Parts: sequence; C-alpha cells; structure tokens
Amino acid sequence: MPEIISSTLSYFAFPFVRYALICGVLLSLCSALLGTSLVLKRFSFIGDGLSHVAFGALAIATVLRVFNNLIIVLPVTILCAVLLLRLGRSVRIKGDAAIAIISVTALAAGYLLLNLFPVSANVSGDVCSSLFGSTRIISLSLTDTLLSVGITLVTVLFFIFFYNRIFAVTFDENFAASAGIKAGAVNVAMSMIIAVVIVLAMNLVGSLLISALVVFPALSAMRVYKSFKSVTICAIILSAACYVTGFLISIAADTPVGATVVIIQALVFVIFMAVGRLRKA
Amino acid sequence: MELISCKNLTIGYDGRKVLSGIDFTVCKGDYLCIFGENGAGKTTLMKTILGLLPPVSGTVIYGDGLMARPGRIGYMPQQSLIQRDFPASVSEIVLSGNLGKMSWKPFYGPGERKRAEAAMSKLGILSLKKRSYRELSGGQQQRVLLARALCAAEELLLLDEPVSGLDPAATDELYRTLLSLNRDSDITIIMITHDPEAALRNASHVLRIGDAAFFGTTAAYTASQLYRR
Repeated sequence: MPEIISSTLSYFAFPFVRYALICGVLLSLCSALLGTSLVLKRFSFIGDGLSHVAFGALAIATVLRVFNNLIIVLPVTILCAVLLLRLGRSVRIKGDAAIAIISVTALAAGYLLLNLFPVSANVSGDVCSSLFGSTRIISLSLTDTLLSVGITLVTVLFFIFFYNRIFAVTFDENFAASAGIKAGAVNVAMSMIIAVVIVLAMNLVGSLLISALVVFPALSAMRVYKSFKSVTICAIILSAACYVTGFLISIAADTPVGATVVIIQALVFVIFMAVGRLRKA
Repeated sequence: MELISCKNLTIGYDGRKVLSGIDFTVCKGDYLCIFGENGAGKTTLMKTILGLLPPVSGTVIYGDGLMARPGRIGYMPQQSLIQRDFPASVSEIVLSGNLGKMSWKPFYGPGERKRAEAAMSKLGILSLKKRSYRELSGGQQQRVLLARALCAAEELLLLDEPVSGLDPAATDELYRTLLSLNRDSDITIIMITHDPEAALRNASHVLRIGDAAFFGTTAAYTASQLYRR
C-alpha cells in the first residue's frame, strides 16, 4: 500500500501534474458555483450544448492550425452561450430540441472536419481525447494554469458581488425584474462565464464529460441541504473533493482522469440521495 | 390621489396583441380586483403595469412619482414550477425583496434584515424563517412570497392569483391578511383572481377584462347586469 502512495506522490515532482491538479480543482469549483444556479433554473442543457459546440470549434481550430486553439474556441463558444440562452427561452416548446440540433451538428461537423483534413496520424486518438479527456495523465502548461486562475477569480468575484442578485434571478426572474434587477444581464453574464469554464475544463475531462462537473455537485447538494447558501457551499466542496479524489485514483490506478472523476461524482450523488431519503424518513 | 391610470391601453407580448381598450384608474388606498377568462390578458396587464412589458399602444400614467424611485411597488407573481423544489430558506427569499431598493449595494445590512423580519412577523411566518421553502405548505409558501413583496413595497402590492392552489381555510386567512394590509397599513392592492365571489367581499373596485368588460366600484359592479348574469 505505501508503495502506491509513494509512487503516486512521485508524480507530483512534475510541474504539469501539479498544474493539472490546480486547474482541475479551480475549474471544478467554478462549474459547481455556476452549476447550482443553472440546474435550479433548468438550464443544465446549456452546459451540455456548449461542450459540444466547443468540440466543433476545437476541430475547426485544429484543422486551421492556428497558433493557439483558444483564439477560435473561446469566442465561438461564448457566442453560442448567448445564443443557446435565447433559444432555450424564446422558442419555449421546441427550445430543447433546437439545442439538441445545434449540439449534434457541432459534434458531427467537428468529427467530419478532423477526418477530411487530418492534422495528425492518429485522428481517432485525438477525437477520443477531446471527447473524453486524456487517457493518461493530463499535461497542462503554465499558460493553461494562469488562464484557469484568471477565470476562477472572475467567477468567484462575480458570484460574491452578485450573490444576492443571482439568488433572486434564479428563484424568480419576474420578481427580480420587477424590482429593477437586470435579470437578462445576469443570465448573459453567467452563460458567458460558463462558456469559458467549459472550454478550459475540456482539456481536463473532455467535452462529453464536462457537463457532469456542472450538474452533479448541485444535484447532490440539493438532496441534503435546504438553503441556497448551504447548497452552493456544499456543491463547491463536493466538486473540488471529487476532482482531487478522482485525480489521485487515476494516477494510482492508471485510469483516464475525466471518466474517473465523473464516476466518483455519480457515486457521491447516489450517497447523497440515500442520505436525503433517510433524513426525510 | 391617482397612483396608476390607463387610458385606451393595448397590451400584448412578442409583438402579439392580447387585449385593447383598457381604461381604469387606481387611487391610493384602493383594493382593486381584476378578473376575466383564462387567457384574457390578466397577467400581461399586470406585467405591463409593472413596466416588464411595453404597452402595444396607449400609456400607463403613474401618479405621485410612483416609478420615480424603486421600492414603492411589490409584485407577487404566480408560483412557478421551478420554485416548488427550490432549496432556499424563508429568510433568504424574504430578504431578496429588498434588492430593488439597494441600487448597487451588494450585501444586506441591518436595515434590510429589519425590514425582512418586520414583513415576516406581519404575515405570521417569523417562526418559519430558517425553514426550507420547499417543505412548507401551499399557504405558507404564498405567505413567504407575500412577505417578499411587502419587503419590496411601501405602498402598492400587485398580486397575481395569490390564493391559487390553497385550501378554503388558507384562502380565507390570506384574504383576511390582505384586507388588514389594505385597511390598517394603508397599502394599495391590485389583485388578479380566479374567484370573484370571495374577492368581491373585500375589494373596493373591480376591473373585468375580456368579454363584458367593466371598471368601477364593487357596489356598482354587484348592482350591474354583468354581475347578475
């Protein structure tokens, strides 16, 4: 047993392993913060739709061989975030179907592009890792880490200063608007931030799995806690703890990080559901 | 003193006209009941009065500087599906009624807490303040939303079907609360209702929209042909 621990710890001698841990914890924290409000507003689909769009944009960026993928992926995903928000509410009945159409089209277009204009010898390997995250240890640069620190600062500051308004808009948009809160602006700001978080977190857990980081912590916390504040705090802690646990297990057991973290999130959800049931009984 | 007057107002949303030719005035201290068939445009009218929807044509005129500063109007929308299982404590919800008055202040101060406590005790839900909204009964939930509206408003409450989904006892109690707010605290009330009979007992004025439109005092309405039909 100690051997596993010491060999796991030895990985932390590499800076990119430390970066992956730091980025993961920070981005899990951000997605849990935003996820609480998105889940409560029934906007979880935005996270899912955006991650697919981000995959499509990534494919375009890869094919175009731009210097830094983010130059294309970030603006496209942010734009789609605002668009999806509009679609989700204005076309009430068919909103979810419209989003499904955008999602699958982006996925298909991305895969098609990568196959038509292959940039490396191993297209399916590339696709697999952008959909599900790296199969082995993630390598992240200092730039990636700094970007993650930046967006975390933005998210946390936004959340602290607008906390009460975010609550009001999440609980009751009509009332919030009648009290003079710019509900539309709060929604747009939140979906733009979630777009950036999703793009950055895509490197870590892959685009198909990222929405788990958005929805699971909030859903688990809601089973047990009963006020908005306690749900938010619990979601942040759960999200960070699940990432750290999943990350360590993936190094020790040599499993893909993204999938490991998501399975842990799912297990935690089942546990919290059971605790919630027991409390009610 | 006239607080709100609508002259030949046409309302609608998304560019669609819902109802036209609306005329009525609300004075300080009035208790106005709005009714009409489903889809007649009651909620659209209320949102137009609040400035959440622009009028299609005509204007809403606000007297006494009603819209000049926030914090004079409290709105109690219909409960949404989202709220039924929302994890929020009663005090979190009632406190949020203060936000309109806070301009850019990010956090609640002692003043806001005091207002929230006062609103909760007025509605008899102070003992529930730590409880979770989703665990309350329908009547208690409506009281929480009413307390939030009270926190937002000093003189005018707009209520959209406040008794929907309540049992007769809870309905009676809520009507009694509204009447005492109107009579004892001098709060003007505009209320949409499904249940004209009960509302007519308390309201001072009636606005009926859709077919057989009517606006006037409750006494004039009950004496009219419309009521007897």
